[in-house]
Amino acid sequence: MADVPNFKVTIDNITVEVPAGTTILEAARKIGGDIAPPTMCYYSKLKGSGGKCRTCLVEVSKGSEKDPRPMPKLMASCRTTVMDGMEVKNITSDRVKDARAGVVEFLLINHPLDCPICDQAGECKLQDLGYDHGKAGTRYEFQRRTFPKHNLGDKIQLHMTRCILCYRCVMTAEQLTKKREHGVVDRGDHAQIASYLDQHLDNEFIGNIIDVCPVGALTDRTFRFKNRVWFLKPLNAHRDCPTCSGKVTIWNRGDEVFRVTARKDQWGEVEDWICNECRFEKKKTSDWVIEEVSPVSRHSVINQNKYFNLDKPKETIDEIIGKKPRLFLDIHNVSKVNEKNRDLSMIEGPANSKDFKNKQQ
Amino acid sequence: MKLLLDKAHIEGIRYYDVWKKNGGYQSVEKALKMAPEEIVEEVKKSGLRGRGGAGFPTGLKWSFIAKPEGVPRHLVCNADESEPGTFKDRYLMEFLPHLFIEGMIISSYALGSNTSYIYIRGEYAWIPDILEQAIAEAKAAGYLGKNILGSGFDLEIYVHRGAGAYICGEETALIESLEGKRGNPRIKPPFPAVQGAWMRPTVVNNVETIATVSPIIMIGGEEYGKIGVGKSTGTKLISACGNLNKPGVYEIPFDLSVEEFIFSDDWCGGIPKGKKLKACIPGGSSVPILPANLLLKTAKGDTRLMNYESLADGGFATGTALGSGGFIVLDEDQCVVKHTYTLARFYRHESCGQCSPCREGTGWMEKILLAIEKGKGKLSDIDLLWDIQRRIEGNTICPLGDAAAWPVAAAIRHFRDEFEWHILNPDEAQTHNYGIAHYADPLEIAV
Repeated sequence: MADVPNFKVTIDNITVEVPAGTTILEAARKIGGDIAPPTMCYYSKLKGSGGKCRTCLVEVSKGSEKDPRPMPKLMASCRTTVMDGMEVKNITSDRVKDARAGVVEFLLINHPLDCPICDQAGECKLQDLGYDHGKAGTRYEFQRRTFPKHNLGDKIQLHMTRCILCYRCVMTAEQLTKKREHGVVDRGDHAQIASYLDQHLDNEFIGNIIDVCPVGALTDRTFRFKNRVWFLKPLNAHRDCPTCSGKVTIWNRGDEVFRVTARKDQWGEVEDWICNECRFEKKKTSDWVIEEVSPVSRHSVINQNKYFNLDKPKETIDEIIGKKPRLFLDIHNVSKVNEKNRDLSMIEGPANSKDFKNKQQ
Repeated sequence: MKLLLDKAHIEGIRYYDVWKKNGGYQSVEKALKMAPEEIVEEVKKSGLRGRGGAGFPTGLKWSFIAKPEGVPRHLVCNADESEPGTFKDRYLMEFLPHLFIEGMIISSYALGSNTSYIYIRGEYAWIPDILEQAIAEAKAAGYLGKNILGSGFDLEIYVHRGAGAYICGEETALIESLEGKRGNPRIKPPFPAVQGAWMRPTVVNNVETIATVSPIIMIGGEEYGKIGVGKSTGTKLISACGNLNKPGVYEIPFDLSVEEFIFSDDWCGGIPKGKKLKACIPGGSSVPILPANLLLKTAKGDTRLMNYESLADGGFATGTALGSGGFIVLDEDQCVVKHTYTLARFYRHESCGQCSPCREGTGWMEKILLAIEKGKGKLSDIDLLWDIQRRIEGNTICPLGDAAAWPVAAAIRHFRDEFEWHILNPDEAQTHNYGIAHYADPLEIAV
């Protein structure tokens, strides 16, 4: 590909040179930092993904050197290729910020916001997006759309209520496996991911749909409610696997392997797809050769100090319910997590009733 | 002057024999003696604009089609006429199928498509049979099949039945559906003219556009371009419905005024029981609604005519669009809030659910409008509706998002006090409606 010309593109006043055919999003990721638009549906490893969630909308203020007209509409940066001399506004454009806040609001109106009981919390893309671009309050006053939970086989659970219909899992199944066994049925806001007559998803690579899911809609049944991701230590490990590369991240607490996922890059995208056996069956430290501690990406919501100066809602629980709540166990007083300037990584585990008793005495 | 419906009154015109006796298939014979490029040139000269709603020049669209070596090209006719209020294509296909087939043959020849498709909506359950019969008759007469009239041009036309989805009227969703997939609009580019059905160059045209090609060839592109006003050339089918004495499909010249169209006895014959005109949607449900005063006269005070430019005069602030020609008239007894709710419910139901602003926004708007309609709304809901539609419009993959946002925006823009009255008088709003707004400037029509 030596004859592909390089195009100069300016994103938020930073110029970068990329080969022709690159999307605006990939060019922005080359610059990195806040310039890279958030993505909910785009996945660089999946062909044809993107364009659906509309969080990566950017303003093209100059089409190209040859045709300097601005594009009238905001463009989905994940599906728009760069032209030579293109000028793009992302975080410097008020229009983009407004549209993005709108998209976040739209994505959240039917989302259950059950982060406290969701396994994805802490590594959820929607959580990040909500914190970064959303508002504290909602203007939605109606009942949220719900679906019953479905087990897609004994390893994967589908919690459709949380789904944002990014189509990533459908594309993963389409492109990774020989036969796709699930898809999107119905349309509009009652569209849902479903398998034919609740059949099991049965393919040795189907576990990857858990990794690509940006929210907690597809969760690992061998890991559900076992632990919080921020209490686990991610370790890069490998084993000789006959079906896949065997390069994974194991999530340990002590010596116990709580879950196995594929390794993810700095954009939260899977580097190597892994097979079901590695993911679901190998839950002993002795199964794995541990290489190193995984570099923890700093994009996550649970990453300490990221939202240090965040405005908290002014109303307290007391004001909302009109009286002091009667607590069975005031976990907030004894939990070390809530102490000011506490380094979260130094905490051994969640507060438990033993801490409470110690403090009482 | 009638170009499309001039033979519609003849009994049995649906059948080949009668059609042929009345000068049918002459345009095909004429066209097949021309070069394909000449036909494209004629259509360009005619100034024909797409009749499906967007009004994009057809000749220009045809000239965009990519012509890579060895790759077949396709013409797909969009007969998925699902816009509420629009039923002109149904009339054409049901009563003049051979005119339509003629247009299909000529257009396919001009584009070099040897396999053309008619994608027809599922709700038109009886029309595919009519079309298939017409295709069989044309084939028996040698106008379809191999080596048509010795010109060396082969053509097969297939009728594809849709399953009943508004979204499949969007050209890329239509192509997906034609391929047998879920009818989700594709992200453009690539445009269908480069990569359409089965990744081959494809042109998608409305039924009326294709049917119009036949008279263009007969009278010549230049002659056709002289009919009409400015850039609105030729004639247009309008399907008039709502509170009218004579609803139906009319072929109108573009210099007809809106007032004459509604009230003249030659056309729709006024509003029943001598009621007053309140509002009108002149181009199918997705174009902005206009109150009577702005409908009949533009903001500048000129008489509004039934053509692309005049209806769009003043932009969306004081104008609307000709759209697909679904002319819906509301009299003084109609409630704009309820009407807007009905449209919002339709768009919520028909949103494909692919991109988030449309999927979530349409449902949200519907719920707010239902609350207002049921007398449970708040004044802040009106601003919220405005904010929602503003954030849907232009931020979606396909124009359905815009189509869902515009009616709500226009209803609030022009009928805000009716919304406020609904919210402030919830009990009254359940028993009777607002009537004509003071600014609607009702016309006094002698009964």
